[in-house]
Amino acid sequence: MAIFLTKDSKVIVQGMTGATGMKHTKLMLGDGTNIVGGVNPRKAGTSVDFDGTEVPVFGSVKEAMEKTGANVSVLFVPPAFSKAAVVEAIDAEIPLAVVITEGIAVHDSAAFWAYANEKGNKTRIIGPNCPGLITPGQSNAGIIPGDITKPGRIGLVSKSGTLTYQMMYELRDIGFSSAVGIGGDPVIGTTHIDALAAFEADPDTDLIVMIGEIGGDAEERAADFIKANVTKPVVGYVAGFTAPEGKTMGHAGAIVSGSSGTAQAKKEALEAAGVKVGKTPTETAKLAREILGA
Amino acid sequence: MDLFEYQARDLFAKHGVPVLAGEVIDTPEAAREATEKLGGKSVVKAQVKVGGRGKAGGVKLAADADEAVARATDILGMDIKGHTVHKVMIAELSPEIEAEYYVSYLLDRTNRTFLAMASVQGGMDIEEVAEKTPEALAKVPVDSNSGVDIVKAREIVAQAKFPADVAEGVAEAMVTLWKTFVAEDALLVEVNPLVKTKDGRILALDGKVSLDENADFRQPEHEALEDKAAADPLEAAAKAKNLNYVKLDGEVGIIGNGAGLVMSTLDVVAYAGENHGNVKPANFLDIGGGASAEVMANGLEIILGDPDVKSVFVNVFGGITACDEVANGIVQALALLESKGEKVEKPLVVRLDGNNAELGRKILSDANHPLVQRVDTMDGAADKAAELAAAAK
Repeated sequence: MAIFLTKDSKVIVQGMTGATGMKHTKLMLGDGTNIVGGVNPRKAGTSVDFDGTEVPVFGSVKEAMEKTGANVSVLFVPPAFSKAAVVEAIDAEIPLAVVITEGIAVHDSAAFWAYANEKGNKTRIIGPNCPGLITPGQSNAGIIPGDITKPGRIGLVSKSGTLTYQMMYELRDIGFSSAVGIGGDPVIGTTHIDALAAFEADPDTDLIVMIGEIGGDAEERAADFIKANVTKPVVGYVAGFTAPEGKTMGHAGAIVSGSSGTAQAKKEALEAAGVKVGKTPTETAKLAREILGA
Repeated sequence: MDLFEYQARDLFAKHGVPVLAGEVIDTPEAAREATEKLGGKSVVKAQVKVGGRGKAGGVKLAADADEAVARATDILGMDIKGHTVHKVMIAELSPEIEAEYYVSYLLDRTNRTFLAMASVQGGMDIEEVAEKTPEALAKVPVDSNSGVDIVKAREIVAQAKFPADVAEGVAEAMVTLWKTFVAEDALLVEVNPLVKTKDGRILALDGKVSLDENADFRQPEHEALEDKAAADPLEAAAKAKNLNYVKLDGEVGIIGNGAGLVMSTLDVVAYAGENHGNVKPANFLDIGGGASAEVMANGLEIILGDPDVKSVFVNVFGGITACDEVANGIVQALALLESKGEKVEKPLVVRLDGNNAELGRKILSDANHPLVQRVDTMDGAADKAAELAAAAK
């Protein structure tokens, strides 16, 4: 069954006709994703050929949804235009918008998040600054390589793209129900908690791997949520133990401010909630194996 | 990017937040003219991006221009908590102060909204107020799309229980401060203290502003606010090459792809260092998804140019990028550096995993570069890199 994305998902790509959009639309199609259209008001009515698959370009998200029944949008729109593109997706009430774009100004992401709330959260936003999500063997919405692993029964939620890949690779023989990259920005749509709740409810997921990093208190709140609501085993990893205070480590949100946001505090909170936390990605994978007896 | 007080003052003034006149200078003699312009008296304020400069002797009154020069002489070059004072602000003397308050706007990550904070207990460390008397600090969520108009500002001021005689003045200042926050794409705007003077004015006497660098595309004026002199030379060189680099204080140079993986690499190297003379990571460097030979060469050049680096750990997981391309990138990068006449003398440990890892490893083995060692697991490679750094220390 997986979470948020299945073989029945009909996917459109906002920003499909740009270089990054073209490259990843092709890859997503190769992974079996049912891509039903692209959105670009200046190229509406045309279509793009991806190795024999004709993908029509629509003028708006609304039009694409009306003509194709699309229910997922993946956004490769440059940072300066991302706010308008996300607002358009929210206005069209598409159920899922996956914002891959890196480098969106916080005032823009805070604005589209507030707007989504105001509109009753009919659109689930994943990202920004994320690799998207994949349900192996079914559909891929974003830039996660589709050939790392196979379908299986581990659910993965992560702030980091490459650590997602690393963990999927370490556990590639067991396989994943879904892997969701939620992004490393200070304001993101879907949180660890949202993904944990969905994996808890997903009958095809037996174990959850949660990857966090320094900055904010999302992991601490996820720990509280796990304690109260998650019955499935959770294995965790937190990156950034050696990060100094006040320096942003790559992701806009990855910064230790004073005593808040440290990896140690996050690890302790997760362990207090019964989560087994690995010291390295490899050790984390080992913990997952032990629990699954695999 | 955190700003100096004088830069914050300038932005406040630009958007109508009431401030006193002030001018930034970097030589003692310039204090004379600046003070004369202010009518012969001034406050000499050290410009450092750290709190507690008043206690450290970095803020002094000057009764005349000669005294201003003397005070500027004292303060310029002073060390305040590890920050050297290169600039002072010659500020207008404040009218007599009756009360000190605190106001700010910032991003509330937990609730994914903006937050207004206000307190009638200003002039001290706000974290101390929040801890000792949390009831004295009002925290009011601000919707990004509706913002702060005078009605919302009055609500904030009422929640913070400002006295009736200043409430409207503070509310007006809150509206202009919100304008600063939005128009400048700030992550934080803080006024501490906001004062009420004997003559009934509301004034922002000191402030902090932190700007969002992701908004630079629509904030062309922000580049000039950068403190280029203070940047670490390696960080500045990396920035000029669009590399995501942070200098740290260890001995093992790190290159990886993806912020999370690089952060994780730093940790794994630090753990390995515990068994090898306590060596630590020397830097954070994320070369991103498509690690071309050129980007790899740029990254290696920065890291090999760091005299603290004793060994280098290249940790790449091939996702969309294939490991054979990365391996070719490393080989070409070394050739490129050597052809530029740079001596590559530090050992490199390379770990490649993921997409086309076998092919990538073969390319490295075939190249047989004397300084490059292949280790195929992240933990194993970290251990080797730490061992080599410890041996060279």
